[in-house]
Parts: sequence; structure tokens; C-alpha cells
Amino acid sequence: MRVRLEGVEVRIDSVTIVDGVDLVAESGRMVGLVGPNGSGKSTMLRTIYRALKPVAGAVHLDDDDVWRLSAKESAQRSAVVAQEVPAEFDLTVTEVVTMGRTPHKRLLERDSKEDALIVADALDRVEMTEFADRLFATLSGGEKQRTLVARALAQRSRVLILDEATNHLDIHAQLGLMELVRGLGVTVVAALHDLNLAASYCDAVCLIDRGRVVAAGTVDEVLTPARLAEVFGVNAHCGVHPLTGRPLLTFSPLPTNRRAHEPRGATKEVSA
Amino acid sequence: MSLRAPAALRPPAKVDGRKGRAGAARPHLLPARLFPVFVVFLIATAVLSALVALSIGAVNIPLVDVWGVVLRHLTRRPIGKNLVQERIIWNFRAPRVVMALLVGCGLSVVGTALQALVRNPLADSYILGVNQGAALGAVMALVLGSGAVGGLGVSGAAFVGSMVALVLVFLLGQRAGRSNPTRLILAGVAIGHLLSSATSYLQIHADTRALAGVVFWLLGSFSGAKWSQLGLPAVVVLATTVWLMLQRRGLNALLMGDESAAALGVNLNRFRVELLVVCALLSGTMVSIAGSIGFVGILIPHVARLLVGADHRRVLPVAALMGASYLVWVDLAARTFEKPAELPIGIFTALLGAPFFLWLMRRRDRQGPAI
Repeated sequence: MRVRLEGVEVRIDSVTIVDGVDLVAESGRMVGLVGPNGSGKSTMLRTIYRALKPVAGAVHLDDDDVWRLSAKESAQRSAVVAQEVPAEFDLTVTEVVTMGRTPHKRLLERDSKEDALIVADALDRVEMTEFADRLFATLSGGEKQRTLVARALAQRSRVLILDEATNHLDIHAQLGLMELVRGLGVTVVAALHDLNLAASYCDAVCLIDRGRVVAAGTVDEVLTPARLAEVFGVNAHCGVHPLTGRPLLTFSPLPTNRRAHEPRGATKEVSA
Repeated sequence: MSLRAPAALRPPAKVDGRKGRAGAARPHLLPARLFPVFVVFLIATAVLSALVALSIGAVNIPLVDVWGVVLRHLTRRPIGKNLVQERIIWNFRAPRVVMALLVGCGLSVVGTALQALVRNPLADSYILGVNQGAALGAVMALVLGSGAVGGLGVSGAAFVGSMVALVLVFLLGQRAGRSNPTRLILAGVAIGHLLSSATSYLQIHADTRALAGVVFWLLGSFSGAKWSQLGLPAVVVLATTVWLMLQRRGLNALLMGDESAAALGVNLNRFRVELLVVCALLSGTMVSIAGSIGFVGILIPHVARLLVGADHRRVLPVAALMGASYLVWVDLAARTFEKPAELPIGIFTALLGAPFFLWLMRRRDRQGPAI
């Protein structure tokens, strides 16, 4: 399923967070959104899964405007794995994954045998079957994210949105999650902090700064030293990964303290 | 600013301890397959509790006779021989027991729903200022007379008070048409304190006779329950409980955060408004007939979650049934502890609830998962 943002603009408390963004993620591709803290990555993603309505522009999944679909219809098409989810309540892994069936259920409908099979299959695909009865709150970060990917699988959506889903994971879990997600064959739009993770896994990247798209295209086209210096205020060196042959970025501070861009830390998580 | 509750309102974050022991700990005390049996057991307990409560009082009546009277009235057969016993059971004790069942069920269900709504296991109707609003309404009627509240009775004034409090909390708890849990809690706490101070002010100016009524009302009581006042509350409890049970999937989705809920197809803003209205209606109704009874809405959902987990498909029916039985027993304690004098319910719900709640909390700290 194709994801297309057209002139999307989001304002929160009359502050423009996303300023006329165009983005296309072709069916089955993985597109990475990269940019400094507060550049509007998460906010952009929120407009795709209907958590935040843009004041202008449109978000299309294939040919349908997300905001013309019902919440349920849109949830049948896109699922999200976010950075950190609250776990104050005792839900088991199976219960969390079963939630993925929510958009497919009518008000009075009970969970069927088929739902149970879908859930079991989803757990199997993320290799969490043995954790089925564990409490979600007691899992490690990587196990939690795998559970949420299973929930997205149970949702049977063709689009998966990763909102900095790798942030708190150790390197093994980060790579595991990215491998898992890439192998699913669905369209993935992922906000990523780790530029090398984006460089290794994404078919295309979209560099965002202050709510605008600075550049979009392949990793080589977009993540150039000049742009990284401009947007992140770091000195970047682009090499080649000795094993995978993918682009490999290494960084050092810019020689002077004068930074081209001062990251606007707090504005990203403006409460909605 | 984050979308989640501030750290102070949240139990401490979990660290990734306990790795590598998949399936080691049983998630809930009650295995899932025993759930239907457990529900039947809870229904039986509620019925039995009600019968016991009907038999005990100033005059103790054998359970067999109680059962006979109840059965005769339910099947509308001619009245039995012992008219006095009949009246004690059916006209005096039964409305009271039914009220305890209804209020217990209502408070537990509303607690469960509010905890999901604000994603905080310590929430109840106090946190949204609903109880304080109801209290102010009732105390105005008691102290200033019904003229001061537009000719409403105590119950009516309490109901209106709870609704006004809720509207205020809701208006203050939102920004640009969107509400979030943290803001709702903060607005609720602020409005609650404001209304409490007004209630306290009125209390100081109350004469002695009115004051007794005020105290009793503020601590909750089922005394003076009549059949005639139970019809509407019964409909409200039934309707809202059924509605909430239908929203089980949406409530579950809320537990996982706003992003998750939105991505699972929950229309967040609309669902929150619906939940708030339903919860206010339910808790407003409960407070208006029985006064302000604390701790039930926190304690019962907790025990229910401990037994069957947080999934609302199970926790709602279990909390409803357990809450019903619980208040029947608490009411029995309230009217037999200093027989023939009667004590307010709130004293006992706090006396029983608080230590149990603390024990529960400490036990859970040891066991791992946050509340």
C-alpha cells in the first residue's frame, strides 16, 4: 500500500510543527524519516495514523484520504509501533497482540477461533510464542517492541509506522527489529534517530528540518556531508560498510562551536 | 511536555529486569479457563450476600424465611402469614440491600472506566471532582434549604452538582478541542479542592441539625432507601455498565497510550467525551442516592485486576459483581457494628479499604509489575 502526504501542515497551539510536507512511500518500501529532535518527524507520522489532523494538505493510503476514512477503516490499513508505551496495567502479551484485532471487530462481536489463529501466527512470526502468557510490563525493551510488531501483524495492515521504535533498544534488539520489519513485506514509514540504521535499512530517506523536507531520495543522495552539517550541525564522513556495502556514516563535531542549527529540543513532544 | 502522565502521577517506570524466564510467573491469580466458573461463583456470592444481609438486623430472621419472602415477592404470589416479618424484609431491608448492590456495582465499574480513561490506576470519581461537586450540591440543599438550589431535593442537587463539576473539569481539561489524561486529572483535582472548600464553608455555617445530615451525607449511607428511589439508578447502572462492556476493546486500547489507541481505530476525542459523560452520569447517580462513598472505586478494580488481569472483557464484569457483594457486606457492618445505631458507610469503606489497598500495593511491589 502506497503512503502519500501532500502539502501536510500541522499546527499545535498555533505553532506550525509541520509546514507543507510532501512524502511518498511506495508500496512495500521502507522509507526513513530523519532529522533533529523537534523537526516534526513524529508529528508527520501522527497524521498518517489519524492521531493528529493536519490543518492543510492530505494524507493518502493508496487512493483514499485517511481523514475521509473512518477511524476503523484507517486502522485496518496502518499500524504503529511507537517509541515507548505505558505499561501501568497488567496486560499479557497475548492480550496486547489481540488488541490488533480491534479495528476488525464489530461492537458485539466476540473474538473468534480465527482471531486466535491470527494472534498465534503473529506471535510466531516475531518469535514471541513462548512469551504469550507473560505480562507485557515485565518484558525487556526489545521484547516489548516485538510484541507491538506482532500486534501490528494481527492488525493485518499493509502499512507499518515506526515512531522512533528503536530508541531505547540495545544494538542487538535494534537490528533485530529492523530485520523483522523489513522482512514483513509491508510499506514501512519509520522515524529514525540513528542515521546509520536508516542508511542500512531504508530504501529511501527523507531529511526533515523545522517541519520541512530538506531532501528526499536514496541514502546516498540525501545524507550528504553538506546537508548533515547544515541540518544537524555535525561533521559527517560518508564511507561504505565493509560487510554490507551500505553507506556508513561517521561523525565528528564541527570545528567551531558555531552550529548551523540549534536543535529545538522540547518542541517535538508538544502535548496534543 | 509529554502526552503521558507526569512522573509524579505514575508508578515508577519498569526496568528491564527479569529477562529470560519466559512463562515463569503466572500472569494473574486466576487461570483464564476458570473465568466462566468464577463469574458464576461471583453471582452466587452476590445473591447469598444479599440474602444474609436481609436476614440480619435488629430482628434476626432465618435465611429460609428470607428466601420464602423474596421468592413470594418476585413471583408475585399472595403475601404470607407473618406480616411484620414480611414488611421488615421487603419494605425496609430489601431496598437498602438492592441499593448497596447497585451502588457497589456502579462505583466499581466507574472506577475501572475512569482508570482506563486517565490511564492511571489510582483514579476514581474523586479525581474528576465529581464527588466534590455532588457534595456541594447536597450540602447546599441541606444547609441553605432547597430554595437555594432551585427547588431540587438533596439527591437532585447532588446530581446537578456532579454534572456542573464535570463540565468545568472538562472545559478546563481541554485545549483547542482536545483533552488529555494529565490535564483532566489536574483540572479535576483543582476543581475538587475548590468545591470542597465551598462545602467546608457551608458546613461551618450550618446549624446542628443540618450538620448531622451533612456529615452523614458526606460519608455515605444507605439508610432510608426506598423502592421508589431505586428505579432510575437501576436503569442507569445497568445501561452504563452494558455500554462500557461493549466498549471493552476501546478501553483496552486506551491502556496502551493515545498513539496506540488512535492506531487501533479508536476515535480518541469522541471516545473520551463519551466515556466522561457516561462516567459522570453513573457516578453522579451513585453519589446522589447514597452520598459520597470513597475507596470502592479504587479498591475493587484493583482486586479484580489482580485476579483476572487488566483486560476489560474480564475486569468489568468481575469488578461489577465483586463491588456489589462488597458494599452489601460493608453496609451490614455499618448497621450492626454499633447496633442499633447506624454508622456512615464511608467510615467502613476507608477502614477496610485503605489497609487492604496498602497491603496490595506492597505485595505488588515485591512481585514485580507496577500497579
